[in-house]
Amino acid sequence: MIKGALSMFQENVSMSVSNVFHNRMRSFLTILGIIIGVAAVIAMITTVSSVTGEITSQFASMGTGKFNVTVSGTSLKPGLTPGDVETLSEVDNVDGITVSMSSTAVLRHGSAWTDEATMEGRNTFYFAKNPELLERGTLPSVLDEEQATRVCLISSDLQESLFYGEDPLGQTLMVNGHTFIVTGILSSSSTDVIAQAMGNRASQKVVVPYTTAMRMGGNSYIRSLEVYVKNTDETESTISSMESAIQSIFNGRENTYTIINMASMLSTMDTILGMMTTLLAGIAGISLLVGGIGIMNMMLVSVTERTTEIGLRKALGAEPGQIQLQFLIEAFILSMLGGFFGILTGLALSWLLSVIIGSPFTISWSAIALGAGFSAIVGLVFGWAPARKASRLNPIDALRAM
Amino acid sequence: MSETYFAMRDICKSYHVGDEDQMVLRHVNLSIEEGEFLSILGPSGSGKSTMMNIIGCLDVPTSGEYILRDRNVGELDQHQLAQIRCHEIGFIFQQFQLLPRLDAMRNVELPLIYAGVSRGERRQRAEETLCRVGLKDRLHHYPNQLSGGQQQRVAIARALASDPTILLADEPTGALDQTTGHQVMDLFQELNGEGRTIIMITHDLNIAKRGRRIVNILDGELSEGVSAYD
Repeated sequence: MIKGALSMFQENVSMSVSNVFHNRMRSFLTILGIIIGVAAVIAMITTVSSVTGEITSQFASMGTGKFNVTVSGTSLKPGLTPGDVETLSEVDNVDGITVSMSSTAVLRHGSAWTDEATMEGRNTFYFAKNPELLERGTLPSVLDEEQATRVCLISSDLQESLFYGEDPLGQTLMVNGHTFIVTGILSSSSTDVIAQAMGNRASQKVVVPYTTAMRMGGNSYIRSLEVYVKNTDETESTISSMESAIQSIFNGRENTYTIINMASMLSTMDTILGMMTTLLAGIAGISLLVGGIGIMNMMLVSVTERTTEIGLRKALGAEPGQIQLQFLIEAFILSMLGGFFGILTGLALSWLLSVIIGSPFTISWSAIALGAGFSAIVGLVFGWAPARKASRLNPIDALRAM
Repeated sequence: MSETYFAMRDICKSYHVGDEDQMVLRHVNLSIEEGEFLSILGPSGSGKSTMMNIIGCLDVPTSGEYILRDRNVGELDQHQLAQIRCHEIGFIFQQFQLLPRLDAMRNVELPLIYAGVSRGERRQRAEETLCRVGLKDRLHHYPNQLSGGQQQRVAIARALASDPTILLADEPTGALDQTTGHQVMDLFQELNGEGRTIIMITHDLNIAKRGRRIVNILDGELSEGVSAYD
């Protein structure tokens, strides 16, 4: 009996396959909805997840465990003094503060010169936090910072353009007319990530102690800080202590500073991407629904067309359940076929998108499983009603339809 | 006591047409012995299709008893009726009703699939019955590659495949020319000669006369003999 049922199942499958392939054009048009729906699901999931991965890793490389403070101050005091920074670094849970000041500079060595360079003033905490900055040579010391010595680090492309391949270490460089000693070469990967993201190659740069930069530029205020926290779980409370500390520096005046927390931006980004995924999944769901209705429609037409066949099968001894199974298998095969082509199309599409966006192409097996699962469910759900209709046809009426 | 092979006792069948009930079969009594070849003769509208549906267990009577091999068909459920159609009745239709996308072998195999017969045995039995009806060299032809007579032979082979108690033919020559029709009737007589019970429904007296016994149906009433055509 079990053998009989199995052989019946095989017969049903082979009959269904022959029916599906007999009406090739119609079958194709029927499953088009499923193909589009599944392809959309695969392409969306793959693309969104790879873009999310990309953005997350970019944000993570900008750093968690720290936040950025930009100070605009008041008209009388448009920034922080080194003493203020000292005060701020004593706020609870603060590991240290890096300062950053930047201006354009004219550089000259012998007869070679450039006026497109950037001069960055940095403090020793920054140097300590970014040891990979230096390719060779020595970093400015605490003493250099205290005494505002005229030492500088130069980017590797300046080595080419100003020193013509000579070893620049220990040589002099004129920065805005002042004589500096070159003590180190910056590694080419040290261009900062935000500048990179903004499309600035940030090449042609000299890095000097921030005290030196302040003295040279006649600019005695610091406007850009990066605050490192000791315990990242308490970042939020550190931010609020930092806010009140800055407010008290500016006597409680409003709008004197902006704080950007990378970690919270990251989680906001995650939320937005999650919402986007849900939205796109909803759209894909609608197209799968439409595809399912297409299959249901085709199956209903097929049941009507094959009324006589159904009547004959019943006269030959088919039970309602066997007729129902046959039509259900047919709907299932149709929709799985749609799922198969949908998965192929979706993979091709996400590969294309990855090439266009420039993100890495990864095959998401979970998306493929989801696509296959969805088409199976669609086939069974939307094939059920027509199959039931077929199984309930009265054999006499069915035979009379000839 | 021998078993009741086939008996209809006081069968009535009525359909609802609008508000009133229309009587299609009126108090029909009929019994058949094993090995008979019975022709049910009647013009269209006489109720002979309804007779065929009831005999074939496709429909159940409104009242009366229909006994087939000691079972009262009126008391069976859908599943049991399907089993009876599968094992006891071999249908032969006027329009052959072959599935166009299956070859002769696969068409004949069809009832055996529903009977749960294994593939190997199905093949063997389909081939045997097709040989029996003289289509040894047409096993893998599709219906549209066969003549009308040959198609009806495939249909007869299909009806024979599950070795049924009764062959039930509804106007088996209705779609055939006279010569082919008589060839099909020759085959029926041969099968009957081998002991096969046949019930044939027809409106054609010449065809009906090929049976060994004729009953006449007119306006839902059954009578022995062919008096209405005299």
